[in-house]
Amino acid sequence: MLDRVVVVGAGVVGLSIARVLSALEGLEVVVVEKEADVGWGASKANTGIIHSGYDDDPVKYPNRARLAVKGNRLWTTWAEQLSIPVDWCGSLVLARSSEDRRVLRELLARGIRNGVPALRILDGEEVRALEPMVSEDVVEALWSPTAGVLSPYEATVALAENCVENGVKILTETLVKGVRVKDGSVEGVETSRGFIGARWVVNAAGLYADEIARMAGVSDYTITPRRGEYLVFDKDAGPKPSRILFPTPTPVSKGVVVETTVAGNLMIGPNAVDLPRDAKEETYTTKEGLAYVWREASKLVKKLPGKREVIRVFSGLRPQPSGGDFIVRVLEEPEGFVEAAGMRSPGLAAAPAVALEILRLMRLNGLDHGFKKRWKAERRAGLRIMGLGWDMLEKTVSRNPSYGRVVCWCEGVTEGEVVDAIRRGAKTIDGVKFRTRAGMGRCQGAFCRLRIAAILARELGKPIWSITVKGTGSELGVGDVKSLLEGEDVAD
Amino acid sequence: MPTRRVDLLVVGGGPAGLAAAARASELGVRRVVLVDERRWLGGILPQCIHPGFGLHRYGRDMTGCELAEKLIDRVSSLDVDVYTEAHTVRMGYESYLSKTAEVLTPRGAFRFRAKTVVYAAGARERTCFEAGIVGSRPAGVYTAGEVQEMMDVWGILPGREAVVAGSGDVGLIVARRLTLEGVKVKAVVELMPYPGGLLRNVVQCLEDYQIPLLLSHVVLAVEGSKRVESVLVAEVDENLRAREETVKRIPCDLLVIAVGLIPRVELLAGAGAMIDPKTGGPVVNEFLETSLPGVFAAGNALVINDLVEHAMEQGELAAESAYRFIEDGGFRSASWKRVRVGDGLRFVVPQLLAGFRDVKLYLRASSPSENARLLIPELGKSVRLRSVRPAEMITLTLKAEDVLKAERLTVKLV
Repeated sequence: MLDRVVVVGAGVVGLSIARVLSALEGLEVVVVEKEADVGWGASKANTGIIHSGYDDDPVKYPNRARLAVKGNRLWTTWAEQLSIPVDWCGSLVLARSSEDRRVLRELLARGIRNGVPALRILDGEEVRALEPMVSEDVVEALWSPTAGVLSPYEATVALAENCVENGVKILTETLVKGVRVKDGSVEGVETSRGFIGARWVVNAAGLYADEIARMAGVSDYTITPRRGEYLVFDKDAGPKPSRILFPTPTPVSKGVVVETTVAGNLMIGPNAVDLPRDAKEETYTTKEGLAYVWREASKLVKKLPGKREVIRVFSGLRPQPSGGDFIVRVLEEPEGFVEAAGMRSPGLAAAPAVALEILRLMRLNGLDHGFKKRWKAERRAGLRIMGLGWDMLEKTVSRNPSYGRVVCWCEGVTEGEVVDAIRRGAKTIDGVKFRTRAGMGRCQGAFCRLRIAAILARELGKPIWSITVKGTGSELGVGDVKSLLEGEDVAD
Repeated sequence: MPTRRVDLLVVGGGPAGLAAAARASELGVRRVVLVDERRWLGGILPQCIHPGFGLHRYGRDMTGCELAEKLIDRVSSLDVDVYTEAHTVRMGYESYLSKTAEVLTPRGAFRFRAKTVVYAAGARERTCFEAGIVGSRPAGVYTAGEVQEMMDVWGILPGREAVVAGSGDVGLIVARRLTLEGVKVKAVVELMPYPGGLLRNVVQCLEDYQIPLLLSHVVLAVEGSKRVESVLVAEVDENLRAREETVKRIPCDLLVIAVGLIPRVELLAGAGAMIDPKTGGPVVNEFLETSLPGVFAAGNALVINDLVEHAMEQGELAAESAYRFIEDGGFRSASWKRVRVGDGLRFVVPQLLAGFRDVKLYLRASSPSENARLLIPELGKSVRLRSVRPAEMITLTLKAEDVLKAERLTVKLV
């Protein structure tokens, strides 16, 4: 039997697991992903918050409670190793009523029990001293200094690059159609690109984890999409909080957050709308949802910027497991089937801890590989021209003029950075966007999309019209400009 | 770091910036530098392959490309130092006679120290998000200007069946352009009960091609995950709110967003210039000088124009003002009057008048009307206008002596 593990799903969880497994000697790690790039499921559209871990009830949701706290701490190391920009800004849970104050005390007690350090309840005056923009009716807040914010797509890309450097194969646009089980053991996965044999199959398929599980004969849980909508403001719009602002949570959700992203945009969201189990791609936004987010966010702060400062709205789906808790396990039946599923919030925070937990469980179940002597913990981030001092910038441009050719005017992204992103694996407009921020500014790509497509076309050797926004079926155009008149064969 | 001292820095090489650089050079301003982000000069003119340019000024109807060539030739024949693919990272106000700009180009990173600046960075298009369109976010949703560039700069056909949101001039022109390449334009959807573009464009771009114009309608949402599959359109009531019972689905694979332009003022605002919420551009005086002394604004970065000639004349005025600023070491203090925008108008530019010179006012009406009167009560001035449309800029020239004698000035449309 092949000593290979197939990880299903190249999200933040699947890639964290792949990263940890890539440290083992003599184990081949293959990640399969149905989308055209890594991190395009739940990983790309969320708050990006590394929760500190006081939210989760250790009795009802032991995995969430344990792994969030541990993952939060691990991220400090992982982010440094992988050059992922993180702002360890801390968070405030704002209380606006006596009932809220009671809940704050519950959260504090739970945080202490979960092992969250440095928690403290602040009075209203202290809160406004830290965050002058907080609403006057806030009477208290739970301050959690260990919470942080990162860019979830940047983190996923960083993990993927580190995985590849350590020998992991990532197969994109590869859909898993079946899990082959023989005599009670997994033998591999059937995919849209053929069969991949494996001794271990790790199910990190996010929203689709329940379907992958069923392919392996496991049906003790379901995953339903919980939609969350967000609004992103112009970088220049403020005021922006220095810390993450949460409302006092309800049993269903942590509520609508007001935060400053690592890129420096004010962002509000999400709401929480449970969708039918099969609505796993329905990342649409709604008037009602966005209005709700606006109303809820308005309660936390004195004033939001004007509505015309909103540059983008989006929605993401969180994979809500039927049992509520993360599913982190190695199954006895079928043997070799491993699951990291139902990674709803605080899944991003927990991901590194989930990966180590999976390794521990696999070891208990017969994985006996030692660690590699040479394993690269570090990953170097691409150059960010706008982050350089003027002297460095001059030197860089004189060595490579393409770093002086700005293609995205709003975010100041250069051709050199775009080419670097393509060499690192971007094949689409969105792939470039998530790696460089080109197209994430106020014009939302209207100025730069075509210049980026032209660079992609050149680097990939394809006609410009056939460059896709997000994989097959999302081509920029339908052919050359005269194709309809000339009756040429054009894409369908 | 090389710092280049210049007399005039022109930011933006579209019609306003080109006109400014040429005029300044002709007046004798010595060190004139023009920077532009694109590889080619002309701003958006080169992507406008349709006619309708230059008639008022040159007596000849030209395409955008032809006009661009004319303007570029004029600048090339003069002593103007042109930097293309030159992105201005930031601008700063250092002192009364010194403004800084950090400019990144493939040929190096430069810092300019300029006595005067003409800021003509143009506008950007409002996006589907700014238009409040919800739903999914697939390929096939592009702004009208992007569609022009796609087709006529890069040679891409963006779709087979299109819906255009917004009936501004660019939207109308793009609807026709798509039709000419065999794309079926199923509807142009306009929120207001009247078209957003010039009447001649409604006739020449829609009626001549039997493209339906849905007035008092709105695009609510986009459907389709990878590629646009359809859009939801509804009629609106008098408060511009969608009437739920009228929602209909229009299958299409392309949604063109033509819901207006916004002046690009980030660099100006970053340097500390005051912005007028009515225009989205900077507050300027009759020299087109912003609240930063020696920094002038022109073209769509100042106010959204519908005629290229207006952008060009603003560029030229800004250049003349920069020349005076350099020669005289700035302008004398005066009792500036803030023009008050009265009923019936969205904005008036320039916003500040003192009566140093005769001044041309640019105004936009709030709604269409027939037989209107433009009033400045303080001057006892009344101008009869046969037909007024928000799409068409109204201009009015005031004599310096009239401005001088007025205590204050209010402009209104009744």
